Amino acid sequence: MSPVPQAAAGQAGEGHRSGDAAPGDQGQAGEGVAAAIRSYLVGLALAALLTAVSFWLSYTHVIYGPVVNVALIVLAIAQIGIHLVFFLHLTTAPDHINNALALAFGILVVVLLIGGTVWIMGHMNANMMPTGGTMPLTPGSGMHH
Amino acid sequence: MLGKLSLAAIPLDQPIPLFAGAFVGLVLLGIMAWIVLAGHLPYLWREWITSVDHKRIGVMYVIFALVMLLRGFTDAMMMRSQQALAFDAPGYLPPEHYNQIFSAHGTIMIFFVAMPFMIGLMNFVLPLQLGVRDVAFPTLNSVSFWLTCTGALLVNLSLVVGEFQRTGWLPYPPLSEITYSPGVGVDYWLWALSISGIGTLMTGINFVTTILKMRAPGMSYLRMPMFCWTALATNLLIVAAFPILTAVSAMLILDRYLGFHFFTDTAGGNSMLFMSLIWAWGHPEVYILILPAFGIFSEVVSTFSGKPLFGYRSMVLATMAICMLAFMVWLHHFFTMGAGADVNGVFGILSMIIAVPTGVKIFNWLFTMYGGRVRMSAAMLWSIGFMLTFVVGGMTGVMLAIPPVDFVLHNSTFLIAHFHNVIIGGVLFGAFAGYTYWFPKAFGFRLHEGWGKAAFWCWQVGFWLAFGPLYVTGLDGMTRRLQHYDVPEWRPWLLVALLGAVTILAGIACQAVQLVVSIRHRDALRDTTGDPWDGRSLEWSTASPPPAFNFAVLPDVHGEEPYWTVKERAREQHVLPEPPRYAPIAVLRNSPTGFVCAFFATLIGFAMIWHIWWMAIAGGVGAYLTFAVFAWRDRTEDEIPADEVARIDAQNRRARRDIYATMETVR
Repeated sequence: MSPVPQAAAGQAGEGHRSGDAAPGDQGQAGEGVAAAIRSYLVGLALAALLTAVSFWLSYTHVIYGPVVNVALIVLAIAQIGIHLVFFLHLTTAPDHINNALALAFGILVVVLLIGGTVWIMGHMNANMMPTGGTMPLTPGSGMHH
Repeated sequence: MLGKLSLAAIPLDQPIPLFAGAFVGLVLLGIMAWIVLAGHLPYLWREWITSVDHKRIGVMYVIFALVMLLRGFTDAMMMRSQQALAFDAPGYLPPEHYNQIFSAHGTIMIFFVAMPFMIGLMNFVLPLQLGVRDVAFPTLNSVSFWLTCTGALLVNLSLVVGEFQRTGWLPYPPLSEITYSPGVGVDYWLWALSISGIGTLMTGINFVTTILKMRAPGMSYLRMPMFCWTALATNLLIVAAFPILTAVSAMLILDRYLGFHFFTDTAGGNSMLFMSLIWAWGHPEVYILILPAFGIFSEVVSTFSGKPLFGYRSMVLATMAICMLAFMVWLHHFFTMGAGADVNGVFGILSMIIAVPTGVKIFNWLFTMYGGRVRMSAAMLWSIGFMLTFVVGGMTGVMLAIPPVDFVLHNSTFLIAHFHNVIIGGVLFGAFAGYTYWFPKAFGFRLHEGWGKAAFWCWQVGFWLAFGPLYVTGLDGMTRRLQHYDVPEWRPWLLVALLGAVTILAGIACQAVQLVVSIRHRDALRDTTGDPWDGRSLEWSTASPPPAFNFAVLPDVHGEEPYWTVKERAREQHVLPEPPRYAPIAVLRNSPTGFVCAFFATLIGFAMIWHIWWMAIAGGVGAYLTFAVFAWRDRTEDEIPADEVARIDAQNRRARRDIYATMETVR
């Protein structure tokens, strides 16, 4: 652990109600170290498994080709969940409300950004289809020039 | 060995950048020689460069911003004078140089003036207002500051080594791709902004953590001063938006360095994706800049009207609403790109909706002033000037949010006038209001009021003279970024605009004089009480300048406006609260980590720009070693003993006792 945030937080934390904890706090020193290591190892195994499955799916024909993209997206979101729970220690405990709100804000922004970009670019492609002009918009069409 | 770098990189054929570079170099050398010869270097290193104290880092940010304001303003003067001359004539700036100037002007003003100014003020004020002793990660804070300096250093280096980009302040592809911009200009932008962007992101994380986790006992969210709320919203936006900038820069770097095709219009790339992504950062960035200014105006208007802020909760709500809406309007920067009526309509309406919470804020400030005893100090003048100017800028913004109007005015000088209207009239006036308001807290003496007011009037009049005409020429069809033109109708307006720029120059001169006069007469302007404006929030409860630990005992907060409550009670009872029990205070030791990190980051940036791979690797290794040395250090804190704390606090209490005694008779 970096000593800086603890040192600084210690000064301000004197009067806070008990139960406040920083993300990743593991309670008193020594206690629960084995449990923490176990949790990290479980997380590592799950993360590695998800990664391996992603590669495996894209290199084999186990599932129907056109839905490989969807499968990869699902696996990627699962990967995010694993990281949040096992490595960033996001829980539903009451003292983690800040973290949960931050996550909600993050998800909102990502959804807006990705959803909005897909929507905008989709409309743009539909409106700006090349009519024998010079603007290649679909993958590969640029190669004809 | 030196990659693309050779003597040809120095633009010997262009006298203006060479002379400018030589002049700046000489001034810098002179200052450094003076520092070394006068023996100030050890002090500077010990007390400032390696400082991890949020107050000193804040001060350094603001000084940095003021210096860069001079650079950015020089570019502005060159553009105005070029356009005043270049009617049916080439003017004095060749096109490739003029293009670099407007690109550098935008980049510098946004990233190295507006951002550091606001971050500096937040740095200085946030912990004081929250009633705590520092930000959550003080050493990280120092790293952030020095990485910002790295970015500015690289941008300024491009003046004499190589060139800066000619693409405008954002490197739009396909122009910014290697095919059309084979020089190092775009690379300077990419690496400068990637490095300083990391610094800004760390600042965002630092401040969000500070506000969420480190408030004084009893300071619940709805007891935080308004500036803390706007800072929270701003830093949430930084955390959410700056990674987009980093990612877009990384993609363009891959395009340019490794032959990728993210944004090329061949091989499946799509240059329009760049516009979407860069503005998905760029629009939140606008609110990152203006929200802290809204916070400053809230503090200033409330203090100088002698009233609590009107509609505090609606103000909080408006701030957080803007924080959300900021991510839903980015398409209005490229209505004309062809997404169609459906998409344009939705984003147009959302863009107009964002004016609603902003309007709520304007009315709150007006109602705060209404019925109050308004003191027309310089800080208050900046605030009132802001309200008038910003409303006009906001209105032209709502006009541009109407897609059909935008099709007419897109890329015209009307747009230039609009965004300068909100950035100068909003962000910069806010920064100057905050600078005037908190200066005595930082240095223990006030700024000279007369020169401050003169600066305000020059800026206010100069702004309208400089940008009013651009609204007109924009409606008259003048596009932005013209190196020369042949339309006689524009000429008189552009001459007026130059006059406006000169008036703003007079304003800047007033500010320079104000600083000198204030320093020379600092004994007369001394703030002995720590509360020069009859303030309401906690920063005014400690001495000016505050001790290293900010508060001898962490304040116990029982409501909104904690310091005002304590002060009122003390005034009524003629006595201060009993002296508290003092305990020793641990303060973090200074660390050169930030400075050394930034040194290596500069090496990496410069090496990557010029393709000097060994130097980039050396810089990376050095930066990692710096981190390792920092992580393994043994001693992190020094302790200030309790009786020393008591001694320092006794001075603060004595000054306050006297002022309460005299104030009673005045009231």
